[in-house]
Amino acid sequence: MSEDIKKFLYVNRKAPYGTIYALESLEVVLIGAAFDQDVSLAFLDDGVFQLTKGQDTKEIGVKNFSPTFRALGDYEVTKLFVERESLDERGLSADDLQDIVWEDEDDDYAEKPSIRIISRAEMADIMADQDVILSF
Amino acid sequence: MATLHTVNKSPFATGALLSCIAHAKDGDTVLMIEDGVYGASSGTNVSDALTARAGSVTLCVLGPDFAARGLATDRMLDGIKSVDYAGFVELAASNDRTQAWL
Repeated sequence: MSEDIKKFLYVNRKAPYGTIYALESLEVVLIGAAFDQDVSLAFLDDGVFQLTKGQDTKEIGVKNFSPTFRALGDYEVTKLFVERESLDERGLSADDLQDIVWEDEDDDYAEKPSIRIISRAEMADIMADQDVILSF
Repeated sequence: MATLHTVNKSPFATGALLSCIAHAKDGDTVLMIEDGVYGASSGTNVSDALTARAGSVTLCVLGPDFAARGLATDRMLDGIKSVDYAGFVELAASNDRTQAWL
């Protein structure tokens, strides 16, 4: 079975509500989670805006899907790579992002952070290490 | 292990092309398609950034998209290779993965 596991990277480069890309990406991630692949999510450029705290869409009539990111750990999606340069360019820091954790069943269900802030060069390395890249 | 990157937006409308070339690894190929081909002209505010990577990354433009937009071939940035549809397929087949910069 293990030789059938491929590395999938979902690349998110769009802000959450101006277009449908961000929501569609999340939907595909959730669907794809059923296939037991090695899944990572990348957030760069305006994609970093998807993970901000405090999103409130009540008055724009669309679903606030940001809490769904906190459920990804239950689907064994535990690697959310966020590019530091993209945060910096937008005046954001890690503190502006939601706390997203996963429970490590091999470590007494300890909660571990899913978000990993990485450099642009590290992001390039991660992209180059994938079998499949899905872009949104 | 190399990647084919495709860019289909004008570099004057989005940051996709600049982000792409900032993440492409040496030995990768960047193919400008659709409105991405506007990035292939010389004398623009993205020319220098492209030229800086031209030695390490193969820069290509989809010829039919370039021609369709009336862009002058003699103003194409030095070092950019024009490919046709068959060339696009060739690139997709010869690289390990394809990454679309939407």
